[in-house]
Amino acid sequence: MIISLQRVTKVYRMGEVEVHALRGIDLEVEEGEFVAVVGASGSGKSTLMNILGCLDVPTTGRYLLQGIDVADLDDDQLAVVRNRLIGFVFQSFNLIPRATALHNVEMPLIYGGQRRERRDRALAALEVVGLADRAQHLPSELSGGQQQRVAIARALINDPAIVLADEPTGNLDSESSAEIMQVFTELNREGRTVILITHEADIAAYARRVVRMRDGLIVGDERLAVTPGSEERWR
Amino acid sequence: MSVLEALRVAWGGLTANRLRSGLTMLGILIGVGAVILLVAVGNGTSERVQQQIESLGSNLLVVYPAATTSNGVSQGFASGSTLTMADVQALQNRQNAPNVVAAVPTTGGRAQLTYGDLNWASSLTGTTQDFPQVRDYQLAEGQFFTQAQVQGDAKVAVLGATVAQELFPTGQDPIGQTVYINRQAFQVIGVFAAKGTSGLGNQDDFVAVPITTAWAYLLGGGQTNVQEIFVEASSAAAIQAAQAEITETLLETHHISDPAQADFQVLNQAQILSTASQTTQTLTVLLGAIAAISLVVGGIGIMNIMLVTVTERTREIGIRKAIGARRRDVLLQFLIESMFLSAVGGVLGIVVGGLAALELPNLVTGLTTLVSGPSVLLAFGVSVGIGLFFGIYPANRAARLNPIEALRYE
Ligand SMILES: Nc1ncnc2c1ncn2[C@@H]1O[C@H](COP(=O)(O)OP(=O)(O)O)[C@@H](O)[C@H]1O
Ligand SMILES: [Mg+2]
Repeated sequence: MIISLQRVTKVYRMGEVEVHALRGIDLEVEEGEFVAVVGASGSGKSTLMNILGCLDVPTTGRYLLQGIDVADLDDDQLAVVRNRLIGFVFQSFNLIPRATALHNVEMPLIYGGQRRERRDRALAALEVVGLADRAQHLPSELSGGQQQRVAIARALINDPAIVLADEPTGNLDSESSAEIMQVFTELNREGRTVILITHEADIAAYARRVVRMRDGLIVGDERLAVTPGSEERWR
Repeated sequence: MSVLEALRVAWGGLTANRLRSGLTMLGILIGVGAVILLVAVGNGTSERVQQQIESLGSNLLVVYPAATTSNGVSQGFASGSTLTMADVQALQNRQNAPNVVAAVPTTGGRAQLTYGDLNWASSLTGTTQDFPQVRDYQLAEGQFFTQAQVQGDAKVAVLGATVAQELFPTGQDPIGQTVYINRQAFQVIGVFAAKGTSGLGNQDDFVAVPITTAWAYLLGGGQTNVQEIFVEASSAAAIQAAQAEITETLLETHHISDPAQADFQVLNQAQILSTASQTTQTLTVLLGAIAAISLVVGGIGIMNIMLVTVTERTREIGIRKAIGARRRDVLLQFLIESMFLSAVGGVLGIVVGGLAALELPNLVTGLTTLVSGPSVLLAFGVSVGIGLFFGIYPANRAARLNPIEALRYE
């Protein structure tokens, strides 16, 4: 088991008001799964994803990542986990605007202390997402779909066990979305655990398991017998 | 992340907003430049004072009245008036002081000189016939006054080179001319050769008259006060012995048995030098401190800009943390940025301050500057330190940002 959440809650405090974003989540994900998390806006999907990605910590409950309780890790150890174990893809790409595509992609290697072959590995990652010829472009010189592919290349550069994506196609047209989903499907086929958030049915259809959320709780968890390419099966 | 990579990241941050980085650097540049320049002025002054003291004359000793105290408060160095012509005569007596070659008294004041329609404000030195020998002055023209002229209150004057130049600019011969000193007519009998030092405290800008004449006609009040006595020892080796003889002789003429109660002090050149250098060091420190204020202002400018930068780049910090930057990676990035700003500003400030220090003496006559190696190193070190000090707070703020909050920042 690569991910195990036990009665995880998350409460945001905004002054006097408490927002219960997660109200007790139990979730287990095996290695190599392709999970789509769906649910209405505000149901807690992003909150869950941020906890899974070690960007945030639960208010109560336990999160075991590869058997390790993340509550035992300090800030810097969490940073190392984010660097080595997790590739995170955001809805808004989150590239650094004044760095080239290549530099954006190699950045996790810099923080990971990799000295050698950085350029080659970054170029190879860009190759995987079909953007080797755009290596020297700034994000502003790329289309939304291309920027998201750069972000995916960055997420992949450290060969993470888990790829997390929070509405990765949310800002893209349907053609770019299909391309991006092809990349995730391919990554999953290679054995990587992929968890993505979406509220579009056709995107969720790429996954083999759909977790449904409402008001900070998981209200549905279906496994789909999807044969690759037949994404019409899920409605 | 290695320091080299942190440097590269910091460089990217700095070049992202060149104008702002440049202006921030300018703050440090001005601060460091001011420190370099003002300390150079202080050092230059100190250096020149030193040269002047060394050119006072060879084997020289100076007797000053002791500082007087009034109601227990010291009135400052040489503020008393305890020296007299009798002291000078006692010192010239070979039996009292065998190692003394000559002793000359001086007294002085301001001198307003007039020749024709030319005016020159200078200083007056009333002295005796041995003055040129003791103080190492040569005569360019004419001769110095004689013992007879001193005894006779003769209204004769010997002009310093600067004074001669100012009153006789067309090169006519001053000898035999009548000049007016403080409205009294004096006959010029000699002109000193220039000592070669120029400017502030110019050793060529004075006029010498017999001390008796100065008392009688120029200083007013019928006083017969000797301000200091210059004594020439027979050789460099005899200076110590001469100093002891002078002290002994004067204690006797002043009827003082306890040397601790002496109402005069005898200083050799080394002692004069150290007294003077204390003063000039104070000047240097003072000038440096004034300039340091602008350096601190520059440092606050860096802090201000770094805080703005951290706020502006909150999202970028969030991204970096999300992909694995640790606290110290972020800390290092922003610290290097602020230290780079201050170090480059500092180096430019050293160059600009150094050039200004070279140029300033050409613009302001009488000013010498001396850029010292230690002050350059210190200024550079301090500017890097300022970057570190004023960068720590903003950088720490960046490093402690919560990744999620940083990513949500708009
Ligand atoms: N940083 C935060 N501070 C306060 N409230 C938050 C914060 N993040 C999310 N929330 C609230 O938590 C709830 C769940 O949000 P989120 O996880 O973003 O939902 P989703 O991604 O499903 O739209 C929402 O009510 C949202 O307003
Ligand atoms: Mg969301």
